[in-house]
Amino acid sequence: MNNLQTPGNPKPAEDFSDEELLRVAQLTRLGLEEGEKEELISTLRRIIGFVQVLQQLDTGGVEPMVHPLDLVLPLRADEVTETDVRADAQACAPDVVDGLYRVPKVIE
Amino acid sequence: MIDFSLCGLRRALDAGDIGSVELTQACLDRIEERNSELNAFLTVCGETALDEARRADAGRAGGGPLAGIPIAHKDIFCTRGVRTTAGSRILDNFVPPYDATVVERLAQAGALLIGKTNMDEFAMGSSNETSYAGPVRNPWNLSRSPGGSSGGSAAAVAAGLVPAATGTDTGGSVRQPAALCGLTGFRPSYGRVSRYGMIAFASSLDQAGSITRTAEDAAMLLDSMAGHDPRDSTSAERDGEDYSGPLQGLKGKALKGVRVGIVKEFMDEGLEARCRQVFLDNMETLRGLGAVVTEVSLPRLPLSVPVYYVVAPAECSSNLSRFDGVRFGLREAGADSLDELYTRTRRAGFGEEVRRRILVGGWVLSKGYFDAYYLQAQRVRRLLAADFTKAFETVDLLAGPTAPAPAFGIGEKIDDPIQMYLNDVYTIGASLAGIPAISIPAGTVDGLPVGLQLMGRPFAETDVLRAAHAYQLETDWHRLWPPGASAPVGEA
Repeated sequence: MNNLQTPGNPKPAEDFSDEELLRVAQLTRLGLEEGEKEELISTLRRIIGFVQVLQQLDTGGVEPMVHPLDLVLPLRADEVTETDVRADAQACAPDVVDGLYRVPKVIE
Repeated sequence: MIDFSLCGLRRALDAGDIGSVELTQACLDRIEERNSELNAFLTVCGETALDEARRADAGRAGGGPLAGIPIAHKDIFCTRGVRTTAGSRILDNFVPPYDATVVERLAQAGALLIGKTNMDEFAMGSSNETSYAGPVRNPWNLSRSPGGSSGGSAAAVAAGLVPAATGTDTGGSVRQPAALCGLTGFRPSYGRVSRYGMIAFASSLDQAGSITRTAEDAAMLLDSMAGHDPRDSTSAERDGEDYSGPLQGLKGKALKGVRVGIVKEFMDEGLEARCRQVFLDNMETLRGLGAVVTEVSLPRLPLSVPVYYVVAPAECSSNLSRFDGVRFGLREAGADSLDELYTRTRRAGFGEEVRRRILVGGWVLSKGYFDAYYLQAQRVRRLLAADFTKAFETVDLLAGPTAPAPAFGIGEKIDDPIQMYLNDVYTIGASLAGIPAISIPAGTVDGLPVGLQLMGRPFAETDVLRAAHAYQLETDWHRLWPPGASAPVGEA
């Protein structure tokens, strides 16, 4: 377990392919442009290569730590605590009509 | 003579040596004079701050501990009616309809909001270069970075534009800029301070903190900031404590019997040689104060940076999915479908580093990679947290440097994300474990400040603050000003 090293110059991860980049860019709605793909994929391969060091460690039987406090989700009393704040909340929206958010047509 | 710290200004205001209007105007003049070169403030609230200062001088503002004292908030805290950008184009026009709990509590304590400080976009960065509003400059050397992501807060306090500022620390974003700017940066335990109204980056790591001149000032802010908040389901079910009280009257061998462990893994070749010497000298100072200094090992600690760069991007990809051009922030025109609206808006609104992290995060959470990357990182996180728990069986505090070297040049690391990530190697461990940690000014190298980091057990903020305060009673590093700078009032 000793002598674990953080790689300063990691081996690029091969399993992050061009198709993977397109897939995740679609999932995250980031909209790639043709001209940026090559550099982006090489940077992301290095970052993923950098974190692959974690896979050297045997973590059998270790419970994933999702949170420092290992909280149970607290429940509150079933009481009204907020008044109607729609107008306030929508004041910073880009396009509101009659109290509704307006977006491009979603049904043909 | 007025000491330009929160505690010093409190005394001066109470004694009538200065008024709130005079103090606030001095800060506004200094901001006017210096901000164009430092780029520390994104928004300045001059008129409202002066109005509040007048109320404080007239005794109409209540007698809170911070009454009449101007402070700045990192632009990640929502402020009602005051633009809040998180350093991102996507929130360039965002005016929140509510205050963050931190903002609300500090206002209740009497603090005046003088402005909002620049930061890395969505707090993703260690140099303040990823901000949509451009980089912040380090008052100690304008060609250097102030660190990040709370770089605007650090530069503002270091240059004497304001006596204190809030920050947030996900992987070191309060401690590292404090170290690089010669200030005290405190990250309380995860859950100690409410995250309500703090724009989320990585929800299991984000924690509000402070950038101040002294540990006493950090305690004074925490007195007001800490405590359970029903509006944040991850806020700990604990009352805030009196953090300032236990610092009073410390003297002499103030750390007698306190066991301090030097983290062995921090002492590797990545630490710049002169910074190492500064750190070793710091340990002698702690010994002189009565501390028992030994070495301890946290064997999984070298994996902290890779763990962080799986967990934080994963959580960021989820949190930042809310920015879609519908409910707030930027909407990019010309979309024919809802899907295109999301994509065009997010493409136009997010900068390069944020995009990279969303992509990495989206990928490690996606089918086929979730177990191997995301769950594995969370498992290693638990092992790493267990290393901290074990270390705290034999020591009361852990000590290490805050950063591997003094402030680096603007432009020096921004092209290589991995070199940038590795700059956080000493701060990320405490973030992953959720424990309180402070960086205090501890020396200089080439005329640039170097920080000492002290970490404590979960919710043992007072242990950390007491040790930092004891150190500051014994040393003068926290009294240094950048070349050519001084306090805007009082100090000679």
